[in-house]
Amino acid sequence: MKQVAIVSGKGGTGKTTISSSLSVLAENIIVADCDVEAPNLHLIMGGNDISKEDYVGGRRAEIDPGKCIECGKCSSICKYGAIEGYSVNQLKCEGCGVCSLLCPEGAILFKDKKTGETFVTSCNGTVFSHAKLDIGADGSGKLVTKVRKNAMEYARGGEKVFIDGSPGIGCVVIASITGCDAVIVVTEPTYSGLEDLKRILSTCKHFGVEPYICINKYDLNNDMALEIEKYCQEKGYQIIGKIPYDERVLEALKAVRPVVEFEDSRAAQEIKRMYARIKILLEEDTDDIGYC
Amino acid sequence: MRISVLSGKGGTGKTTVAVNMAFLLGNCRYMDCDVEEPNGFIFLKPRIEKRMQVEVMVPRINQKICSTCGKCAQFCYFNAIAHVNSRVVLFPGLCHGCEGCILVCPQGAIQRDKRVIGEIEVGYKGNIECIRGVLNVGEPMGVPIIRKLKEFAEEGRITILDCPPGSSCSVVNSIEDSDFALLVTEPTVFGLHDLEIAVQLVGKLGIPAGVVINRSGEQDRIIEEYCRDQGIPLLGRIPFDRDIARVYSRGELLADKEEFGGYFKEILANLKGVLPYEAGSNC
Repeated sequence: MKQVAIVSGKGGTGKTTISSSLSVLAENIIVADCDVEAPNLHLIMGGNDISKEDYVGGRRAEIDPGKCIECGKCSSICKYGAIEGYSVNQLKCEGCGVCSLLCPEGAILFKDKKTGETFVTSCNGTVFSHAKLDIGADGSGKLVTKVRKNAMEYARGGEKVFIDGSPGIGCVVIASITGCDAVIVVTEPTYSGLEDLKRILSTCKHFGVEPYICINKYDLNNDMALEIEKYCQEKGYQIIGKIPYDERVLEALKAVRPVVEFEDSRAAQEIKRMYARIKILLEEDTDDIGYC
Repeated sequence: MRISVLSGKGGTGKTTVAVNMAFLLGNCRYMDCDVEEPNGFIFLKPRIEKRMQVEVMVPRINQKICSTCGKCAQFCYFNAIAHVNSRVVLFPGLCHGCEGCILVCPQGAIQRDKRVIGEIEVGYKGNIECIRGVLNVGEPMGVPIIRKLKEFAEEGRITILDCPPGSSCSVVNSIEDSDFALLVTEPTVFGLHDLEIAVQLVGKLGIPAGVVINRSGEQDRIIEEYCRDQGIPLLGRIPFDRDIARVYSRGELLADKEEFGGYFKEILANLKGVLPYEAGSNC
């Protein structure tokens, strides 16, 4: 079983556009949407839920007013400013347990907090694991780990797991890429794109996963695309795809369908070629895809 | 007066709107709270005058005094301390700084220590004060930097906070105590889906909001209908335009160019019309 994450650093470069197409092209796969804060892949995947569960990702302190003697020890020790007027602010409380430890009256208890929902959906026979973090909840990194774990539970051996990631380089992305056999980094030919690319590539290196770069909409600015290619070459990273700007992609987004369903789309053709390179990577156990 | 610019979805144009609005406002403060992938300084190109490291508290376990009882690991809710093979191991990246381990250690073997997780830069572009936070690569949590950044957003100037994508703790810490939220979206099913998340988030925090449609075109009604149903004002549109994309790709502002400035001027004018009164008088 091999795992491939699709991340970007910068938001909006085309992760979900690409991962939805890869899900259609590949055989014997399991798909996971690890962008738990703003999940989009389910909108394209559709399907029927096999399972849906509440996810308890945290706990929150609760002060029993019957026992509270209003000594104020809890609010003075709380590092998150979560206790005001002898009641706990549910958004600020991180569940650390220190207030309860110090309360002389044992007036503080912890209640499990549901922080999201996980889903496993069957989309034309493909298992799709995803989740939705509750608004403003923390612990999104842990929820990502749960989404991946749920995906694994359906693995019988030999599948490829495609993980649609989120923007950024912090805990959510780290939880999405650790242990992956390859990471596809989708970038765009802009100054912002390059700046963010450098940081996500460093992050991949830091966590020991090999990144492969896909430049999406590359002909929007050929000079910038070239700069990205030069940077990758200097640092020894491989380019796995260069997708041209294509109005067909806009049509696909409007129709909420994977772009590979539009056979005459130039972007679709490059995504297909990119998938062939990914297959070589994963099946031939090599890290040289012989492109660029 | 704090105006947060957020979206839920990545890549809708938060930074584009934030930096161009800051440019038009002039005498204001631009604050880049997307500490994982900050981009605003690319466009504003401020002259950096101050850099400061951001430190967080971490426990330091004195292995000579430690009796390896494991009480610290047992207490730690964040799994930042592990009790393995009668050794106690710390995972600093997971520490949330509650200091509970220090309190429970019966030997007094744990001290407060510090470690650097990133930095804050302060600079100027004309009379725009530009501040940003940058998280060190490999660090999981940017929230302590965002909290530190917010200390710089005192009154005296309008602060435009360029927020991260998503909907969890990084965004909550960025937008908390804002006076208004500018929600940037794109006219697609995906844009709408994530706009709904952003609307629920600002609603939960009691922050009034307005919407800007970026890459505006024929599909705008997806967003317009939603805004009408929710009673959220639509403050402006930036059209889908390859020339705009090209200028953006070069890391340049749009509001300083005649053909594009009008879009941002209109957003600013409409924004002034809906801002909470006391703040509006500062504009």
